[in-house]
Amino acid sequence: MSEEIRSSTRTNDADHASDMDSFVDPLEMADLAPGCMSEMHSFEAAPEHQQKLGFPGELVDDWHDKAVAKMGDLVSKYKSLRVFLDSCVKCGACADKCHYGMGTGDPKNMPVARQDLFRSVYRRYYTTAGKYFPALVGARDLTTEVLDEWYSYFHQCSQCRRCSVYCPYGIDTAEISMAAREILDTIGRGQKYCNEIIGKVHELGNNLGLPEKAMRATLEDFEEDLEDETGLEIKLPLDVKGADILLVTPSADFFAEPHIDGLLGYAKVFHEAGASWTLSTTASEAANFGMFIGSYENMRKVSLRVRKAAEELGVKRIIFGECGHAWRVAYSFLNTLAGPFDFLDSNYPVPQHICEYTWDLVERGIIKFDKSKNDEYRLTFHDSCNVARGSGMGDKPGDQFEIPRNILKATCNNYFDMQENTIRKETVCCGGGGGLLTDDLLDLRKKGASPRMKALSNAREEHGVTHMAAICAICKSQFAKVMPGYDFEIDSILSVHQMVSNAIIMTGATNPDEDEEDDG
Amino acid sequence: MLTAIYAILFYLATICLIGGLGIRIYQFANTPAPLKIPTTPAPKTRLGVGFRMFREVVFFQTLFNSNKWIWLFGVMFHLGLLLVVLRHLRYFTEPVWFWVELIQPFGIYAGFAMLAGLAGLLLRRIILAAIRYISAPSDYLMLILLMLIGASGFAMKYAVHTDIVAVKKFFLGLILFDWQPLPADMPLLVHLTLVALLMIIFPFSKLLHAPGIFFSPSLNQVDNAREKRHIVAWAADLEK
Repeated sequence: MSEEIRSSTRTNDADHASDMDSFVDPLEMADLAPGCMSEMHSFEAAPEHQQKLGFPGELVDDWHDKAVAKMGDLVSKYKSLRVFLDSCVKCGACADKCHYGMGTGDPKNMPVARQDLFRSVYRRYYTTAGKYFPALVGARDLTTEVLDEWYSYFHQCSQCRRCSVYCPYGIDTAEISMAAREILDTIGRGQKYCNEIIGKVHELGNNLGLPEKAMRATLEDFEEDLEDETGLEIKLPLDVKGADILLVTPSADFFAEPHIDGLLGYAKVFHEAGASWTLSTTASEAANFGMFIGSYENMRKVSLRVRKAAEELGVKRIIFGECGHAWRVAYSFLNTLAGPFDFLDSNYPVPQHICEYTWDLVERGIIKFDKSKNDEYRLTFHDSCNVARGSGMGDKPGDQFEIPRNILKATCNNYFDMQENTIRKETVCCGGGGGLLTDDLLDLRKKGASPRMKALSNAREEHGVTHMAAICAICKSQFAKVMPGYDFEIDSILSVHQMVSNAIIMTGATNPDEDEEDDG
Repeated sequence: MLTAIYAILFYLATICLIGGLGIRIYQFANTPAPLKIPTTPAPKTRLGVGFRMFREVVFFQTLFNSNKWIWLFGVMFHLGLLLVVLRHLRYFTEPVWFWVELIQPFGIYAGFAMLAGLAGLLLRRIILAAIRYISAPSDYLMLILLMLIGASGFAMKYAVHTDIVAVKKFFLGLILFDWQPLPADMPLLVHLTLVALLMIIFPFSKLLHAPGIFFSPSLNQVDNAREKRHIVAWAADLEK
């Protein structure tokens, strides 16, 4: 069965006609191949990266006792962890629901098995049954082998929460992988990608380590581009005190494609709405990798930058740009971590998503679109995991699915959804979230992306879909990397606000008919 | 002697079940949930969460969406068990409540449904490679224990009849601390021993999913993080 999947992932244009063979089930599990991903080992953090976050530089001598103690500490601090560890009945409802499980076939990438890497140790040290009858209940000692397994497989989880959607008790593997990473950090075995980045945010304000000067120069370039395109002085203000709106957006929006086009879209929307807004150098990053490593303290510290920037600039509102996990932290955690925000205008939610902002303007008729500008696109939308299952938008449950779609449908004529059980709350992750967007995990990322890519390929077969839009910086970067493997152009992944940017009718624009054939 | 052993066994089992569950529920209830983590889309009001919980606990809605076979076997077992337990109330009440009388015949069918459901779950666990992979010995034993309880119950009903009037006197006696002799029939003794065993291991096992579901933050939290600040004591201490 799995061979069939592998051979049919590339759909052949020659015989794409109507035979159903070219449609693969995107959610089919690969054949079980125990241990096939056990060698996958994301680079570990160097001592300096560890120490910047307050973690020991390397594996501490008493790691065993420290790890066990930390586990107890976390179980006493997190209801989720305690309830999830005690409640799983191993029913297997989640077993075929993880995109890494589907893509790799390694049984330890089944959510329940991934949890059990942790649960087995919890049972050994913290439950009566595991203390006295370890073999009976599958409890095991914490050994270096177990630690290695933790490091490997808890960095094969993108914390996308898809499993929690299918668990009858709502058990969320993300909570367990966060706890495991927190324990690993505490004993000196952090992951390079996440920890190095968090260090940069603390130091420079963004994940890229982009200093203020470079940022200012970049924004000025964008302003020139926008003026060339529209003849209008569309600003991308930085550190403007007294502005109404602080925009916090992923730093990828300043340098990566298609992220930049999204940023230009925000700028056009603000300009057309006549809004007073600003970016901030110290909060020039929406991402908060503190969540990925499960560290409340780090997540809080990163979040407090946003509060501080808002206070210093004296803004009235905070709006977040297109970034999935950042939006989860912003929507679900920011008020907890860095609130209360009573110094902001209480007429608006704190924070707001750029899509909420834009859609509101569309509904009120303040911005208008020329849909034909996007006629070259046959578009679908990828629901980013953290937006779909870890946050909300608007005022109704599920608005996080409808608002971005509403915007896309308002900006283009050809919109099609992908297969039902791969979108909205059942969306399959891009494969690069949760701190896995690093090249040392590329093999895993490709395999993890396969369910989404198959669903997208099906949409191409069925509706002739050419492009996919997303509202997450990680998704965009990840898809740019994996799409070529499925015969999609590298620029087939779009920002939602890129579509806005293409179609928005700018009042007073001098050359509004200029075509952006290749806006790369 | 036999009566004393079983009387003491059931007192111990009851203490273990109630005490053990009490401690676990206390722990579940008192462990803080520092962050809002409802699996969204989630209800925006307490009432909405109540409905969500109701659908989960009564209809196993999520399970229905994720796996029809587990749902079917799970419902057969749980619903069957519920009716069987209610049916057994007649051994603990005098006079027997009207509605308990009423469900007596259904309780029998429910017993068969329960056994069939358990058999289905056990077969899945044995046959499907993925489920076998995630199963520990206790996962099989738990199903076998429940099946043996059911089977020994049916043995009394259809094979070796037990003096259930005497059994009832025994249990009413236990409740009133006035011990009455327990009939020395093998199926009955097996049945009671296994039930006591189940009561004892309940608080130490995955059966904690029964209280656990009510405390699951991803299910029981209201999606209102932006509207209302959520902060727990240990997190608030970081702000000092």
